[in-house]
Amino acid sequence: MGKIIGEPKKAFITGNEAVAWACLVSGAEIMFGYPITPQNEVMHYWTRLAPKYDRRFLQTEDELSAGFTTCGAVQSGVKAFTATAGPGNVLMQEPFGMAEAMRLPLVAMIQQRGGPSSGTVIYSQQEVTLTTFGGNGEGHRIVYSTSGHQEIYDYLIKAFNVAWKYRFPVFVLGDGYQAKMREPLEMYDPEDHGIELVKPYPLIGLGGKIGEEREPSHLCNIYSMEEELYDVVMKMAAEYEAITPQLMEWEEEFCEDADILIVSHGVVARAAYDAVKALRSQGIKAAYFRPISLRPFPAQQLRDAIAKSGAKKMLVAESAYGQFERLLKQEIYGETIKIEHLFMPGVGIIDYDVIEKVKSIL
Amino acid sequence: MSLLRIVLAGEGGQGVQSIAEILAEAAYNENKQALYIPNFGLEQRGGVSIAFIQFSDQRIGAPKFNKGDVVIALSERAIPRTAHYSGPETLFVYDASIQVDEDLLPKQAKKIIPIAALDTANNKLHPRVFNVIIMGAVIGLTGAVSFESAKTALEHKLAAKFEKDPSLRDLNFEALELGRYMAEESLKEGAEANA
Amino acid sequence: MMAAPAVPKSWYLPSKPHKFCPGCGHGIVLKALGEVIDELDIQNDTIFGCDIGCSLLSWDFFNCDSTQTHHGRTTPVMVGIKRARPELVCIGYMGDGGGYSIGSQHLLNSAVRNEKITLILVNNTNYGMTGGQMAPTTLPGQKTETSPFGRDPQLTGYPTMGPEFLAELTSEGAFIARATVSKYRQLKKHLKNAIINQMEGNGFSFVEVLSTCPTNWKTNAQQTWAFLEDQMEKQFPVGEFKSPWGKGVK
Repeated sequence: MGKIIGEPKKAFITGNEAVAWACLVSGAEIMFGYPITPQNEVMHYWTRLAPKYDRRFLQTEDELSAGFTTCGAVQSGVKAFTATAGPGNVLMQEPFGMAEAMRLPLVAMIQQRGGPSSGTVIYSQQEVTLTTFGGNGEGHRIVYSTSGHQEIYDYLIKAFNVAWKYRFPVFVLGDGYQAKMREPLEMYDPEDHGIELVKPYPLIGLGGKIGEEREPSHLCNIYSMEEELYDVVMKMAAEYEAITPQLMEWEEEFCEDADILIVSHGVVARAAYDAVKALRSQGIKAAYFRPISLRPFPAQQLRDAIAKSGAKKMLVAESAYGQFERLLKQEIYGETIKIEHLFMPGVGIIDYDVIEKVKSIL
Repeated sequence: MSLLRIVLAGEGGQGVQSIAEILAEAAYNENKQALYIPNFGLEQRGGVSIAFIQFSDQRIGAPKFNKGDVVIALSERAIPRTAHYSGPETLFVYDASIQVDEDLLPKQAKKIIPIAALDTANNKLHPRVFNVIIMGAVIGLTGAVSFESAKTALEHKLAAKFEKDPSLRDLNFEALELGRYMAEESLKEGAEANA
Repeated sequence: MMAAPAVPKSWYLPSKPHKFCPGCGHGIVLKALGEVIDELDIQNDTIFGCDIGCSLLSWDFFNCDSTQTHHGRTTPVMVGIKRARPELVCIGYMGDGGGYSIGSQHLLNSAVRNEKITLILVNNTNYGMTGGQMAPTTLPGQKTETSPFGRDPQLTGYPTMGPEFLAELTSEGAFIARATVSKYRQLKKHLKNAIINQMEGNGFSFVEVLSTCPTNWKTNAQQTWAFLEDQMEKQFPVGEFKSPWGKGVK
């Protein structure tokens, strides 16, 4: 593969365009997609970029098909991805479940929109539960929640690598704001940044003479015995838990000494960070903690932050009615810190909102 | 520069999003941090079109904000739609051609400024450069970007059109200049009145 | 000692004897398909995808690479593989419920797009695996677990005529046929053409196969055959509906 970016290049683009570029430099060969706002421009950019680099695209009949065609493509040993949002994410939970069950290295960009149902086409953080634990499985998937364009770019590159290294489906969780806004980022070829791209490999269509040189590859997705399924799920859980330490991603600041710990994820973390700095400048000892990987969740790191900061209160801020907070609470079960929340489902949270909330509860 | 927040609102087709994008790109080209986000709900079809732009020397936080430093409403409907973005430190600008219902103007503002952009465009220049006059006004009110980088960004955005009809270049640059001039004058007027 | 009956080379012997019910038609379809895979010498290049339902039991039937999918979703999985690796021969195997009901949007749209895949749809007029419920192909008046008094077309419409509508939807290059397990040579010929058509890259290839389900029909051998030949074959005419070569060339 020739260099796509060459010298690292500054760009002022939308998040959706950043997705297309990131997938391109990650070596994605094909995208499958179905129109839904706010991810449409991922397809618009991909369909313009792809032919220049001999990559392909298929617009499918619905999100079920976009998800399952992606499953098929990765089974055959080709890096493939899809992008969706809202009700499309609901439909894709079926193929995402297959990817989880069969350990398929599928990558999907989720640009959250408002819900429930068709909700709004704009913005929210209401696809946290769906993306982390959707489907009829155990949530053996990897979810990175980005806060801006540089992270969309960086974490998509990571997503393909992690997917093909560990064979769990990987989701990059953005939102309508990140999809549609323009801000600067630096684009680069991963290998120039010392990131080795994990090579894809087929699970079927392995070549060679079957019966002489090798056995057939029969990929199983349904089991006749409950004990059989039990073994499969327990093995999957063990393997997921074993790689968890390598997958944790988080950010923290001022956690050495604080009265209140502000926890948020995704684009809301930008407001939370500004709020923490503003509160500090006003003499209020606030600290900032942000899980980047929501699955697996950096639980121990958050427990450590609680312990070392000495904070007596935590504020959870999210553009949803407690989806992130539920995830967090189950992960830090047993902690006695008092948890307050700022839930603003479907609307953006700005530093002002967080500051006001903190002042009202301290 | 410290954080500067601008809201531009108008009817679809008035070119609000185009100038927001050009301004943000001009700031980016000056190595400033810039963030631009359009409102893109269903109402973008037939509703008020709003652009949120932020400029700063430092990393910009949330993509939206509750109070702008400058809020510009370019249609009658855009005034009540944007009034709540105006706070005690806000310059609230509207087009002088709008028959304003005083009750709908923001309750809080540092200053409320009518600018005769539409009239200037229609009578002095050309209706199509209305939005570029507004772009000039933003520069005149805030100094968000230098006049030169605004021209460069405009040139970049409209290169194809300028190539086809070079007279458009002069027209656009004149509109930009006039917009800046009108805005600067409007601030002076305020200063005199206050004095 | 009796000689073992000849089985296709492409059959995967550890999975034999197969798991279908006595009198089920799947075994006949899969025998014909195995012989076709042998004759075309595509065992190493074939990806066999199977739907959920009784077709699922064919998952490890062949000494070919294969994948299980979800109910109705074999078509998009095959499309994904074929789009990613056009050199592979992708054969999707499904029932009437998977193809004509829950997966109908995939069937219809992959046909319209002329996807270069081969789909084999086994029509036994009911949902076999789940215990004999009414299917899109259930005959008028036919009793099933969810139409215990017989299918009433006034309430639930008439049987889905798959090859008929697919022949209308597809463009040049498609191969569309209906076969029956009661006419083995014709069945095998259609299956072979449906795979050759994919290998030649002409277009979408589809064969519906009329098959038997004595377990859920609650029929003995004679009644089973009679239902297939006297009732099903009257409702569902067998033959070639569309071919890139013209009738009877291959």
